[in-house]
Amino acid sequence: MDIFKSITLATALSLAGLHALAGNEAGVVKISKGAVTVERDQQKLPASVGTRIFSSDRVTTGSDGAVGITLHDNTLLSAGPNSTVDLNKFAFDSTTHAGTIDATVKRGTLSVISGKIAKATPEAVRFSAPGMTLGVRGTSFVIDAGP
Amino acid sequence: MFIFAIGLAGLLYLGMTAQPTSTVVLLPDADGKAGRVELQTQAARQTLDAPYASANATNRGVFVARTENADEIQRRYAQVLAARPAAPVTYTLTFESGSAVDLVPEFKTVLDQLLAAIARYPAPEVIVIGHTDRVGSDADNDRLSVRRAETVRDKLVQAGIAASLISVAGRGERQPAIATADGVAQAENRRVEITVR
Repeated sequence: MDIFKSITLATALSLAGLHALAGNEAGVVKISKGAVTVERDQQKLPASVGTRIFSSDRVTTGSDGAVGITLHDNTLLSAGPNSTVDLNKFAFDSTTHAGTIDATVKRGTLSVISGKIAKATPEAVRFSAPGMTLGVRGTSFVIDAGP
Repeated sequence: MFIFAIGLAGLLYLGMTAQPTSTVVLLPDADGKAGRVELQTQAARQTLDAPYASANATNRGVFVARTENADEIQRRYAQVLAARPAAPVTYTLTFESGSAVDLVPEFKTVLDQLLAAIARYPAPEVIVIGHTDRVGSDADNDRLSVRRAETVRDKLVQAGIAASLISVAGRGERQPAIATADGVAQAENRRVEITVR
């Protein structure tokens, strides 16, 4: 029984550790075209429809690539070809709608249709691109960070 | 000396010439109107609040704002816009007062629409969110709203929707469909929203 308990505890701790490393689950890939990669904890994983996206993930697309991601607060993101987007931070409380979105478009294009966090606390939503930051007041827009 | 002068002139030219860095284009929402984004560099601010308003930041931190042509934007950004996920769709069920179980008869109709939506969305997620009216304490309503959502979740699972697709939340009395004073029993606020995305 003690052994069983300690194994259970060890498993729980390692799962908690993995979860902490990976960050909060942020959303799900809904559209994937051509080369789409998620970088997480120094690993590169191919992203297909159904792949989960986590806080701290980097999403990249190749020259033939495009990706659409629905975040857990209903924010709709898509990236066009030759794009690199860092989801620096995502958190969402489905009871209170408190949360944070912080994303950086390093290169390429990102389309955003804002969701519940931008509606509840617009100041908690921030997108960045080379040379500028964006504050969002509930809306749809494209960021073009250039090649 | 001559080369140095050319180099210096080149640096001056680069410094004085506005090199574009990033561009932002505001798009119309589904209703044709535009929201608002506020852009900021170290040196300047720019607000975009009309459909197809755009601004690009130069390397000197200055914005160049303009209104773009709608067709040209749809062409230029065709690939990124084509990859946008479908907008989530939401169905609403209402409850008897104080009850977590007595669903109204439209459940069957909503269920048919839900099943059709689940078949339509890639990697579908079903989000079941309970709400209450403003009778009772906040804490009680938080619990009641979760119970309502769980009741609906169980019915959806019984109807054959995979439990792994469904997540549940309770918003308590935070988001009334119809605003009322505290303590008011408002039928439309006793509801569960089911979102497919």
